[in-house]
Amino acid sequence: MSLTLEQVRRVAHLARIEISDAEAESTLGHLNDIFALIEEMQAVDTQGIEPMAHAQNLAQRLRADQVVVTDQMARRNAFQAIAPETEAGLYLVPKVIE
Amino acid sequence: MSKAWEIVIGIETHVQLSTQAKIFSGSSTTFGAEPNLQADAVDIALPGVLPVLNKGAVECAIRFGLAVGGEIAARSVFARKNYFYPDLPKGYQISQYELPVVSGGRLVIQCGDQEKEIRLTRAHLEEDAGKSLHEQSGHSFVGRSGIDLNRAGTPLLEIVSEPDLSSSAEAVAYARALHALVRWIGICDGNMQEGSFRCDANVSVRPLGQTQLGTRREIKNLNSFRFLQQAIDYEVQWQIGTLEDGGRIEQATVLFDPASGETRSMRSKEDAHDYRYFPDPDLLPLVIDATWIGEVAARLPMLPAARRESLIADYGLSSYDARVLSASLDLANYYEAAVAEAGRPNAKTCANWVMGELAARLNKEDREIGECPLLPEQLGGLIARIGDETLSTNIARQVFDALWSGEANSADEVIERQGLRQISDSGALEQLIDELLAANPTMVAEFRAGKEKALHALVGQAMKASRGKANPQRVKELLRAKLG
Repeated sequence: MSLTLEQVRRVAHLARIEISDAEAESTLGHLNDIFALIEEMQAVDTQGIEPMAHAQNLAQRLRADQVVVTDQMARRNAFQAIAPETEAGLYLVPKVIE
Repeated sequence: MSKAWEIVIGIETHVQLSTQAKIFSGSSTTFGAEPNLQADAVDIALPGVLPVLNKGAVECAIRFGLAVGGEIAARSVFARKNYFYPDLPKGYQISQYELPVVSGGRLVIQCGDQEKEIRLTRAHLEEDAGKSLHEQSGHSFVGRSGIDLNRAGTPLLEIVSEPDLSSSAEAVAYARALHALVRWIGICDGNMQEGSFRCDANVSVRPLGQTQLGTRREIKNLNSFRFLQQAIDYEVQWQIGTLEDGGRIEQATVLFDPASGETRSMRSKEDAHDYRYFPDPDLLPLVIDATWIGEVAARLPMLPAARRESLIADYGLSSYDARVLSASLDLANYYEAAVAEAGRPNAKTCANWVMGELAARLNKEDREIGECPLLPEQLGGLIARIGDETLSTNIARQVFDALWSGEANSADEVIERQGLRQISDSGALEQLIDELLAANPTMVAEFRAGKEKALHALVGQAMKASRGKANPQRVKELLRAKLG
């Protein structure tokens, strides 16, 4: 299987990545190489093998349901010091209306 | 002439879980904090952070699975649901996709006097997004949106029903039953104004008899039972109208506007449902063993249906009374605590007072049973004094008022202090009646002439003379004996 330029542009749009025509061409080549690799792997017979959800065969560790006590105001100030724009504790972003 | 249509509805509900901390971080989930104070590095998606799953959220899911008779997965998987929106700073929501924590189960709903069993598809754990605030009074940002990530990472259980509902009334009955259940088992506070319980309705119509389902449209984010009903009613009429005019239904996500009562399309079609789910490499599979399930099951309260049966069996209540009294766990517990004080012979009187006087007063003051100023022991104590004829029902209402307002701690205290004890003692009553008969010869003559009404008038006089304390039943008996 191989991808089309149209599919590459669509995936880029979904990921909100701007790509030029030249980048779309080169990305198509890279992705097709990856697909070729996957096709090779698909030749292996995996009948009856349960799919893995993670590379490590371990179970998720759980945290206790407890609030970590912290200086919330100092934390917010530190986070917002590196934000492009804030007001009244809010992060400001270009207007979004749905 | 329009043909007959069948309505098919499935509901997805986002239930906010009552945990202290968020699902993948140690931030607080308390509602109403100042913007972004309850958002840590994980919640705002700073690079390099790792989510760690909250055990409390998983327990809520297990409780729900047990309560609906679903299958609790020994191994379930978290997945990334990818989409872009400013209140979702990671660019994906951590959810569950192919392997949810709960599969199947069922919920019995009550529609009129009919019961109907609704099948559940699944319930899965996920995180909530933040909130976007648009230009509004009080903020000076123009042409910008403000992002508050306090809600980001709040644990949700998304509960999905099969398309087993066939009217807006059934949809509301389902939502109500689910709302009651999640509160009963203590996994959600059920506060709809604060968004703790939100429904999406998938609605389609098809000509009666057609086996293939019609194209569905999904109404998003309905946060009241009334809106759920109105939105579905509008949507159904719109779909039928469109089809009868020869149009087609396009699959779409729509929003309900309470002001106009209409639904309108929200997302452009080409981007809808292209979430590119994949297992989240930051999280290992969630493993739940039988021991853990057993521990959670042992702490689960008796479920509503079983509690109703036990109210009927233990106290001889009608199925209607049992249903009303088991509307919530708090109410059922309140009732049983009142009966424990009043004594079982007064169980029916307790039911009447809890469903009548108490419910009316709570309703009037817009309070929940959990906020009732009157303890169940106080109400039970009052009802015990009705049962042993110390108080007439009318005087009992006065005592109820005194207890409600906190003027006294117990019915007995009010009775002693205000001298409200009902007079049932024959000696005292006889004296009262003799005086009454002497003072009202006309009424006596009328009664003797066969006018039954005169007897009621005499009883009324006795009640007045005793300032309501005479036992009216005894007065009537004594009058008949004296005049007979």
